[in-house]
Amino acid sequence: MFWDRVIETLERAALARLQLERLQTTAARVAARVPFYQRQLAARHVTPDHIRSLDDLRRLPFTTNADLRANYPEGLLAVDRRDVARLHTSSGTTGKPKALFFSRRDLDAAAELVARCFVMTGATADDVLQNMMTYGLFTGALMLHYGAEKVGLMVIPAGPGNSDRQLMLMQDFGTTIIHVTPSYALYFADLLEKRGLRPCRDLTLRKAYVGAEPYTEETRHKIEQGLGVDVYNCYGLSEMNGPGVAFECGQKHGLHVWEDNFLLEIIDPETSEPVSDGQPGELVLTTLNREAMPLLRYRTRDITALIPEPCPCGRTHRRIQRITGRADDMLIVRGVNVYPQQIERVLMGIPAVGRNYLITLDGLDDMSVQVELAESGFDGQVEHLVNLQNQIIERLRAETLVKPKVELVPPGALPVSEGKAKRVVDRRRL
Amino acid sequence: MNKVKLIAVFAENKPGQTARITGLLATAGVNVRWVTIASTGPFGVMKFLVDRPDAAFATLKQNGVAVSFLDVLAVEVTDRPGALHAVADCLAQNRLNLDNASGFVANRRAVLVIELHELERAQTLLQQAGLRVLTQAELLSL
Ligand SMILES: [Zn+2]
Repeated sequence: MFWDRVIETLERAALARLQLERLQTTAARVAARVPFYQRQLAARHVTPDHIRSLDDLRRLPFTTNADLRANYPEGLLAVDRRDVARLHTSSGTTGKPKALFFSRRDLDAAAELVARCFVMTGATADDVLQNMMTYGLFTGALMLHYGAEKVGLMVIPAGPGNSDRQLMLMQDFGTTIIHVTPSYALYFADLLEKRGLRPCRDLTLRKAYVGAEPYTEETRHKIEQGLGVDVYNCYGLSEMNGPGVAFECGQKHGLHVWEDNFLLEIIDPETSEPVSDGQPGELVLTTLNREAMPLLRYRTRDITALIPEPCPCGRTHRRIQRITGRADDMLIVRGVNVYPQQIERVLMGIPAVGRNYLITLDGLDDMSVQVELAESGFDGQVEHLVNLQNQIIERLRAETLVKPKVELVPPGALPVSEGKAKRVVDRRRL
Repeated sequence: MNKVKLIAVFAENKPGQTARITGLLATAGVNVRWVTIASTGPFGVMKFLVDRPDAAFATLKQNGVAVSFLDVLAVEVTDRPGALHAVADCLAQNRLNLDNASGFVANRRAVLVIELHELERAQTLLQQAGLRVLTQAELLSL
């Protein structure tokens, strides 16, 4: 099932021609209208005429999070104010948000991409979507909303929270698809279990579009079992429209990036050089079909890897792996890139390990990990603790290629902070 | 069989940790008869012989301590040089590996507490060698 078969299955050479044409248009647009990009291009002695092939993309400047903040509120606007149809913001943890502008045409293009995603997963006009993302300044709910309407689904703009009302809406209106964050999906599955409700008997859910936070394959399976649904991984970021930038097809193996709208690069976050296909790196996206606020080579800070092989579903737009971490979290230990999420995945896969851990970087370049033992993980045998410690060291070494020191500590021994736990302490003086 | 139930606790090898555990036991009215603290690297395992092991286990568990029962043998030996050797020799001849051993003297009677995998077989062999393996009640009444 395709929403736009021609473009979704466009052969690679034709797709590349379309990308180049759109890249040239985008470069010309920002060079003519956005002072920030005018300065950036001038500093690199590049003009839009230099863009003669897709390889010339590398001559263009990156755009960062900090650039968006520095140009708040309207510095990156490429159309007249009267041509802006909607404002969204993307909030950071500190300071001003990032302002994101969309023209009518931009909004329609974004909805088209979402429509492709819906049909790609088998959704039709018979489906009922309960949109459990936040409506408002955040792009999550609204951008998906209009794509669903385009396909003809009935949309219930429920927003998040109020689980009793969510449940009532699901039961009274026969919701078949939900759009939800992984954490709320897990919470909701837990609630159903507590109420003695069985999703297959008491609800009509069939699919869940889960995104807005990175999650693991284990979490997908938990949600699928808890809610009786097929979970499709949904990736997006407000700087690039929001949800629908990349989405899983029926194969549920990697997310197709809509390459006629976004030019995709994967780079080493430290050196900014491209990594080879299939290697993990930072996702960098250039908008190819946006007029109000085009962005060149936006550093998403999200870590993924390209899946270069063609997908059995027939779409020619390449896939990326699920997001495995944030570049901002990356540690470099003895020249090797290590993500705390890798360490967490290893630790949480070992039953005798408890909930808390702390990574410390110290000395010249040593990584040590303090790991809390689960309360049930102790049987009185020192020998077993030593074995467990060695097992953790070996698994971490296999996963990260760095051999850490591991210190097992009793449950509750590590500090617990309010809210987000502090997982990394860097005491290196390099 | 005459195995003895100890309480084993996984605690941080830090000042104050032992006091915290013994404090919890005291509050629960549990009497500690004997304790050994083994530390291997950064972590320490404390082993207690207490008068009421189940109560000790429950109170520690409730307080989030990593606690476990540990079955050991308590062998009474004569309080003279070579006594330990007699036990070790008996076990070694029968290819039984001693995981851990520690001793104490109470009322002029010397007791060796030994940890190994095949407790039942070890007990039989030690008794055949003429050594006395104490029950929990006997050990507590020393
Ligand atoms: Zn596919």
